[in-house]
Amino acid sequence: MSLRIIVLAKQVPDTRNVGKDAMKADGTINRAALPAIFNPEDLNALEQALRLKDAYPGTTVTLLTMGPGRAAEIIREGLYRGADGGFLLTDRAFAGADTLATSYALAMAIKKINDYDIIIGGRQAIDGDTAQVGPQVAEKLGLTQITYAEEILNVDKEAGRITVKRHIDGGVETVEGPLPIVITVNGSAAPCRPRNAKLVQKYKHAMGKQERGTRPASHPELYETRPYLNIQEWSVADVNGDLAQCGLSGSPTKVKAIENIVFQAKESKTISSSDQEVEDLIVELLANHTIG
Amino acid sequence: MNNVFVYCEIEGTNVADVSLELLTKGRKLANQLGCQLEAIIAGSGLKDVEKQVLPFGVDKVHVFDAPGLFPYTSLPHSSILINLFKEEKPQICLMGATVIGRDLGPRVSSALTSGLTADCTSLEIGSHEDKKAGITYENLLYQIRPAFGGNIVATIINPEHRPQMATVREGVMKKEILDENYKGEVIQHDVAKYVPETDYVVKVIDRHVEKAKHNLKGAPIVVAGGYGVGSKENFNLLFDLAKELHAEVGASRAAVDAGFCDHDRQIGQTGVTVRPKLYIACGISGQIQHIAGMQDASIIISINNDENAPINAIADYVINGTVEEVLPKMIKYYKKNSK
Repeated sequence: MSLRIIVLAKQVPDTRNVGKDAMKADGTINRAALPAIFNPEDLNALEQALRLKDAYPGTTVTLLTMGPGRAAEIIREGLYRGADGGFLLTDRAFAGADTLATSYALAMAIKKINDYDIIIGGRQAIDGDTAQVGPQVAEKLGLTQITYAEEILNVDKEAGRITVKRHIDGGVETVEGPLPIVITVNGSAAPCRPRNAKLVQKYKHAMGKQERGTRPASHPELYETRPYLNIQEWSVADVNGDLAQCGLSGSPTKVKAIENIVFQAKESKTISSSDQEVEDLIVELLANHTIG
Repeated sequence: MNNVFVYCEIEGTNVADVSLELLTKGRKLANQLGCQLEAIIAGSGLKDVEKQVLPFGVDKVHVFDAPGLFPYTSLPHSSILINLFKEEKPQICLMGATVIGRDLGPRVSSALTSGLTADCTSLEIGSHEDKKAGITYENLLYQIRPAFGGNIVATIINPEHRPQMATVREGVMKKEILDENYKGEVIQHDVAKYVPETDYVVKVIDRHVEKAKHNLKGAPIVVAGGYGVGSKENFNLLFDLAKELHAEVGASRAAVDAGFCDHDRQIGQTGVTVRPKLYIACGISGQIQHIAGMQDASIIISINNDENAPINAIADYVINGTVEEVLPKMIKYYKKNSK
């Protein structure tokens, strides 16, 4: 039994380590000041896919990502860990997409790939925390979904069934669903394996067309002799996309206002950590029945 | 038509707190818009379930009662909402930002190509002028949420698409009964008309739901730690103080990510929202997502060795010092002075 697995992955700004220069004076995000990383839960999803590949030889793992040219990094990181290939959806017309327009683009690309048993991605991306793209892709493909997955327990391709352990509020449940299916993986699932040194050697020159345009290749002849080093880029037209459903124009949600955070200062009392001042505070809180 | 709808989540035969909170908010929005509030409840064995929701001012309850609708699975519940909304054309649909709401909401929004905003911390009604198109939209739902690592608060609108959908975490809105004897219409729908048999493809084989290990949400005193606590060992100091004060321990996302504390104690936009009478923030810098989950605390004490920590701006008391230094002193002087 071999499976066809598509891993949805996103390159995200590392919002967990936001510095003071993350915001420009005009209130927009200074993306250049934030390191771009592989969305953490997408790595958990990649690991689940690679485990199936380990268990069922002949299984292929294909990454699908959307972003600017530099997002080819996501595909490389996947190749370094054992994925077989990937596609980068990249087009100015995809820019400004909300979750609905994003899921439309991804669904069109998946239809183009056209051969899949499992589509798996992280539960949510850390730059938006919406958890919407997975279920929306499933809906657009007419597939069902299993969200908040912790572990894929069993796959039976002949019977067309998959068994998954997942989180629910206040507990866990084990569910069995049909193939093909969309699965989103929780951050508490097994962490992704590290890069494999041999695969890093093999794929370190893998690049997309846009990257090759901005970075002179040290060995241009490689891209002729080793076709697997060419990371495939797809535009809206390549996936037969309808421009009206892509990017900003395909996004029903609009951002009306953005507000920088300025906390309202209220009168606060500052004390030192000296014994006397801490004791005075405790006595005050006891006296006014805040504690005790 | 064009009413405010709330999808009510069910555990067993009980409507979840988050849904009752949203009904309370939904009632207020409906009053502002001059429309009705409608509730959707789908599950199994739901006799008299409407009694749980009508007191919140629900004008119409849509009940879908069939075996196979509990426990929740994605497709049947999605079909109910999608097909009902095609008939009813709601202007607003609210649901909990729970595992269920976050599984269901996106599917419904995708099928109806309507916008959905996750994890809103505030919902308001307002207008929007599209200067380019020369159109002014009245009575839009402002879906307000922190975004982008908490550096901004964004107001999201869906000018053209209906329903305007939003999810809200448990505890963010307040639950208030409007009238114990509120009269509303109850409609028992024929589930088969809305849900094709082929939707029942996912089987729940095994299910464990436990009562929460702690009562963070309802605790009158919360001792919360951030990344500045420094280690899992130092977090024990928080538990020590909490034990003395009969408080619960919470944590910021940074502390949870660093492994100092369990995920279920996370306070903030993507965790629990608390409204204690006293909130002791230990080594918490105060990102907006965290603030969103605790700003309604009556009294806030911030213990921080960074005088410029943003949380200090909303604190009533700021103690300049490290957690290791200050907490043992608080325990000591509490024991000494509380008899």
